Amino acid sequence: MSYEPSYATMRLRDELDQTAVVFHPLEEQYRNLEEQHEAGTLGMWVFLATEVMFFGALFLGLGAYHIHYGPAFEKASEKLNWVIGGLNTIVLLVSSLFMVLAVHYAKAGHRKHLMTFLGLTALLGGMFLVLKGFEYYTDYRDNLIPGWRFDDQEWVKEGLTPEQVPQVKLFLIFYWVMTGLHGVHVTVGIIAVLVLLVLARRGTFTPVYYSPVDVTALYWHFVDTVWIFLLPMLYLLGTHTLADLHIL
Amino acid sequence: MSIAIQPRENYLNTTTGVLSWLLTKDHKRIALLYLITVTVMFFLGGVAITIVRLNLMTPDSGLVSADTYNKLFTMHGVIMVFFFLVPVVPTVLGNFCLPLMIGAKDLAFPRLNLASWYLFVLGAVWALYAMLAGGLDTGWTFYTPYTTSSSHSNVIPALIGIVIVGFSSILTGLNFIVTVHRLRAPGLTWWRLPIFVWTIYATSFIFLLATPTVAMALILEIVERLWGIGIFDPALGGDPLLFQHLFWFYSHPAVYIMILPGMGIVSEVIPCFSRKNLYGYTFVALSSFGIASLSFLVWAHHMFVAGISLYAAMIFSLLSYLVAVPSAIKVFNWTATLYKGSISFEAPMLYALGFVCLFTAGGLTGLFLACLGMDMHVHDTYFVIAHFHFIMVGGMVMAYMSGLHYWWPKITGRMYSEWWSKLSALIIFIGFFLTFLPQFIVGYAGMPRRYNHYPPEFQVWNVMSSAGASILGVGYVLPLCYLILSLWYGKPAGPNPWGATGLEWQTPSPPPTENFATTPVVVRGPYEYHVEKAQNEL
Repeated sequence: MSYEPSYATMRLRDELDQTAVVFHPLEEQYRNLEEQHEAGTLGMWVFLATEVMFFGALFLGLGAYHIHYGPAFEKASEKLNWVIGGLNTIVLLVSSLFMVLAVHYAKAGHRKHLMTFLGLTALLGGMFLVLKGFEYYTDYRDNLIPGWRFDDQEWVKEGLTPEQVPQVKLFLIFYWVMTGLHGVHVTVGIIAVLVLLVLARRGTFTPVYYSPVDVTALYWHFVDTVWIFLLPMLYLLGTHTLADLHIL
Repeated sequence: MSIAIQPRENYLNTTTGVLSWLLTKDHKRIALLYLITVTVMFFLGGVAITIVRLNLMTPDSGLVSADTYNKLFTMHGVIMVFFFLVPVVPTVLGNFCLPLMIGAKDLAFPRLNLASWYLFVLGAVWALYAMLAGGLDTGWTFYTPYTTSSSHSNVIPALIGIVIVGFSSILTGLNFIVTVHRLRAPGLTWWRLPIFVWTIYATSFIFLLATPTVAMALILEIVERLWGIGIFDPALGGDPLLFQHLFWFYSHPAVYIMILPGMGIVSEVIPCFSRKNLYGYTFVALSSFGIASLSFLVWAHHMFVAGISLYAAMIFSLLSYLVAVPSAIKVFNWTATLYKGSISFEAPMLYALGFVCLFTAGGLTGLFLACLGMDMHVHDTYFVIAHFHFIMVGGMVMAYMSGLHYWWPKITGRMYSEWWSKLSALIIFIGFFLTFLPQFIVGYAGMPRRYNHYPPEFQVWNVMSSAGASILGVGYVLPLCYLILSLWYGKPAGPNPWGATGLEWQTPSPPPTENFATTPVVVRGPYEYHVEKAQNEL
């Protein structure tokens, strides 16, 4: 992984190198800030590899059961609130754009823009969670919570056989575990971005020392990417109509 | 009489007080914290199996009830696998030696390293709580549907503990990978890395890629148990095979997590005590990656009788045979290293030779089990138990003891008793054979694992096994005594008591907190004993 040169000129960089060291002393095991930055970036990539395997187990389970129980899974998916799911996709994608801009302005040493875009990223992350909360409420209202609010008869009336009802539950539990786990990741991301915002306000980040912004951005994009896989695998099975949503 | 403490400042005496240890970021101190924790876990797991072996002295299970018996072997398995064998070498010797061996001041993320230890302790507390307050009777494999719907024991706290300890492993692996990539001393190219570093590096990849899967599988079991949704329970529409796939996708690579660092230790010790360059360095280094890669492709050989398709079973059988190739490469290269070497038999070398012998025996019986027809016959018998104990105890624990004895002078600055250490190596070797060789025989004759009673004709073998276990127990308590006593009574070791060539021996023992006074510059390979020998002869 090669180190990308920052946008600052060499002289400015030398000056900033001094200030950066004052703010964030170089940890003693590293020779210089660049090495520290590279280690942080590599560490995050490696961490994301384990995250892929973590979510991977769930995607594998969901995929395998979808092959076995296609009709029941499609029926269950039709009940999910695809409108909010779709909106949330847009929200997350835009937040990723803002995160990229935040990294750009951190590299350029533009503190005000950095703070703006970090704030917007966190805001959209929060918006995602609020929308998700509304969606969970509609799921609650529509009896989509196996083990708590779930009515076997409703599904039989929909045309499923009694044997298929446990399969619907299986789909829904994957829905809850996967979106729940993703929600936890978004929450962690928002907290990290807010910490960055506080640090940015204090003027911690410079074109030489901005590695926390870079590393957090990697994480943020990963969480975004997971959602891009969640949307089709959970929400887009079967045929979806607005009538299923009970919102009109 | 104790020898006056050396006045030189080192990592042990630079700061004092309990907090200076509990909040330390020094990889060497964290290694010692791990050493204490895993040693406690080892002896707890040992106590559990002692009672099991006593119970098996008679065919009709005279000592404990069937319920207690189930809880005891589960406790042994869970503790030994998740809290001893998986973490022991990476976290203790890896943590201590890796930065020293690559000429670094510390790991890449020291705070993360300390956090990993706290996660380990937290996980251990959950699991111990589950096992001591009421017990856990599922076996260490947590198969469904028993674990999720039938068992009435403390399943959920135990699963939480194991998930937490999994994260500790992941973070340790992450730390090691970044350290090896970023913090090597000037001149330390990839092909000059000691094999121990190569194996820890390969192990870290397995930690990273395999552990999350089992964590997820266990979390899904928790969800299933809490809400009664059939994720894996066939009665509720789930598929128990899916759990087995996910579980063994971690747990088979996990056995290579356990053995690879041991192979690394032996690759350090054998060249040192034969005074020869490691034969076939490149092949030994790359075979670690061969093993790590193949480890991800063989998991279903645990499921030959579980109902996977015959075609899948054939493929997995074939792939399992392939693991023998890189393993054999290592054994042949160690043997070739010994050939015409100036061999001396200090304690680390005795343990290392014990490793090679027992690992080979365990590996060859592994081929029996990779064979589809043979595995159908001995599946879930004591033959399997004997096979993996040859690798895990005969291999891994031997290698760990070898490494501990090899680096003990570096860790503490003291030499232990030579006579006692050689004696204990011998006792462990003899005790081991007596414990596990009979299990091959009863296993082949058909004695299934995990039962608390058996036909009377198996008694003689079981008594032999239990007698061996008591010898083995003595062999494990002895090092605990003489290693601790060496802290007060041991002779000062000096920086390089073995005349070894590794970087870690070029700094004083015990090393200063910053490891090296000046960053070393590496100009040669890790095992150039022949160069040194030639220089001496001149």
